[in-house]
Amino acid sequence: MSQAATSASPDDAPRRVIRLDGIHRTFEVGGEQVHALVDVDEEILAGEHVAIMGPSGSGKSTLLNILGCLDRPTAGTYELEGRSVDELSTRELTLVRRNQIGFVFQFFHLIPRLTATDNVELPMVFAGIPRAERKQRATEAIQAVGLTNRADHQPEQLSGGERQRIALARATIMRPAILLADEPTGNLDSKSSKDILDLLDGMSERGLTLLVVTHDPKVARRADRIIVLVDGRIAKRVSGDRISDVLEILAED
Amino acid sequence: MPASPQKNELGSLRWRDLLQFAGGSLRGHGLRTALSLLGVMIGVSAVVILTALGEGARRYVIEQFAGLGTNLVIVLPGKTETTGTIGIGGVPNDLTLDDALAIERQVRSVRKVAPVTAGTEEVSSGDRRRQMPILGTTRAYIEVRDLRMERGEFLPDEEMFRGGAELVLGNKAARELFGADDPIGTIIRVGDWRFRVIGVLAQQGTNLGINFDDVAIVPVRTGMRMLNRSSLFRVLAQVRAHSDLEIAKRSILDLITERHEEEDITILTQDAVVSTFSQILDTLTLVVGAIAAISLSVAGIGIMNVMLVSVSERTREIGLLKAIGASGPQILAAFLVEATFISAAGGLLGLAVGWSAVALLVQVYPALPASPPVWAVAAAFGLSVAVGTIFGFLPARRATRLDPVTALSRR
Ligand SMILES: Nc1ncnc2c1ncn2[C@@H]1O[C@H](COP(=O)(O)OP(=O)(O)O)[C@@H](O)[C@H]1O
Ligand SMILES: [Mg+2]
Repeated sequence: MSQAATSASPDDAPRRVIRLDGIHRTFEVGGEQVHALVDVDEEILAGEHVAIMGPSGSGKSTLLNILGCLDRPTAGTYELEGRSVDELSTRELTLVRRNQIGFVFQFFHLIPRLTATDNVELPMVFAGIPRAERKQRATEAIQAVGLTNRADHQPEQLSGGERQRIALARATIMRPAILLADEPTGNLDSKSSKDILDLLDGMSERGLTLLVVTHDPKVARRADRIIVLVDGRIAKRVSGDRISDVLEILAED
Repeated sequence: MPASPQKNELGSLRWRDLLQFAGGSLRGHGLRTALSLLGVMIGVSAVVILTALGEGARRYVIEQFAGLGTNLVIVLPGKTETTGTIGIGGVPNDLTLDDALAIERQVRSVRKVAPVTAGTEEVSSGDRRRQMPILGTTRAYIEVRDLRMERGEFLPDEEMFRGGAELVLGNKAARELFGADDPIGTIIRVGDWRFRVIGVLAQQGTNLGINFDDVAIVPVRTGMRMLNRSSLFRVLAQVRAHSDLEIAKRSILDLITERHEEEDITILTQDAVVSTFSQILDTLTLVVGAIAAISLSVAGIGIMNVMLVSVSERTREIGLLKAIGASGPQILAAFLVEATFISAAGGLLGLAVGWSAVALLVQVYPALPASPPVWAVAAAFGLSVAVGTIFGFLPARRATRLDPVTALSRR
């Protein structure tokens, strides 16, 4: 399985896949304005592994939803692969979600009535990929997450860790360039968490751009760098091995 | 790595996959699906059964009239208005045997004429007696009404005025008066009159209100005297060809009007009678079917309800579908297919149930040729499918409009 290539730019510097410029996201709640994101600037390079940390309510999920084109910023520009997302039509946004971005959630969001294989196949179903190719790719992806013997199980017959591995197979089945994970280990025991993190590391090594929202220092430590959000603003940027520098900010949580 | 289409189209969801996806989610909540399916089933089977009954009534009436033969002109005394009551023309002249004879002799397009008188009298043989309809007519009647004999002969072929004492019995009448004995040649009494039985009709059932199984047929002249009639009940005239029907009607009307010096008869043909009845009963069938169809819209509301519940239960799923790149139209299609699936399956079941009920009905009442008209079956099924699609639209659109972030944030 190969991820979208980290093609080198002419001067051999890594390509920029995401650029955020002055992103604001404001919600109206009962006539009051909630500023979930305030003036966020950021650049993410192809193949980077980035952890997003911060106290709860600091805007991590909101940021991820905007990056995943599930939500639009109130102000600011978001450029994905050099294209401004604000200018994309509904139709183009759907195609971006389908082909360029994979999502993993804390609560897995597998469809309960479908088997593991059928869940993994689902994005390909809506992309109109022929049945035979779907079966083959789903089988490979399930094998890659080590669950071949669970392929015909329904989600409720799987453990939390197994569910998240299936969700991971589903998120990457369309070979997206970017994977967004919102607290992927938030609901797992430490053994299952480690399995997931190992899988994510492997994907990252093969060139997938990875953004992981997490509370867990063990998760964040594996990232190339860490972004810390506080009250919707980027409060700190450190490299993954400097995790200790941000722990005091998070301790308030 | 197989070539993967990086830019696939939005309408790329395949029908088979769409159906499978919708079918899977329906199976997920079987009871609810079954109940709303039942609603559609009842609506559709009601349409099928009620229109079948209407159509059965129509066919029954047509069959009754069809027994008249298509080349028949019926002449009735009295000018009947369209309302069916006798008009203000005063007392009409009698329709006499002379009139019947004149029609036979002078109207060229007429092949045969059968004058008919009718009444009821007590018929007795030995100590068995019963009240029975009496028909007075001539030999021509057997051909004009296409009757069949079981044994013996029909009335002799003689001129109308002779007034013999022969009598032909209906099948059931013969059995009741004579049991297993052969009645041919026996003398029986009708009122104060004596007749010799010369024939027994084969079993033929009821036609146009006359039960030919329970009747005694005598020569017309005798019948008129015995029943004390000065006017014929009617005159049946058979034309040579169907194309002569209109000319015959015209000629008969002119002839009798000239003889009576006023227009005081009514002329019916099978075509006219049948088409009037047929129209009335068609309308009846349509109205009954339409009322039954209204129950389908009630079923539609049931489907809408089920789909709304389904959408709200599957909020997270819908959010997920959006996150993995399902387009609005695809999600709309998935939910519409579900609703349509319920209604179409209910419709098919309804057709099956309706048809079975009609088949059973025909078994029990063979006399009623009940059968759902094709238009009603097609309309009922088409409507049921449409009901699902129309009433499924609102819930489906609600699904496409869900905000994926809110939908996914639900635990
Ligand atoms: N749909 C929404 N409507 C109103 N307020 C919201 C909505 N989504 C998020 N918020 C608010 O925005 C802030 C950031 O939320 P979120 O991004 O979920 O934080 P985190 O993921 O870091 O815990 C919170 O104050 C939250 O209440
Ligand atoms: Mg969050």
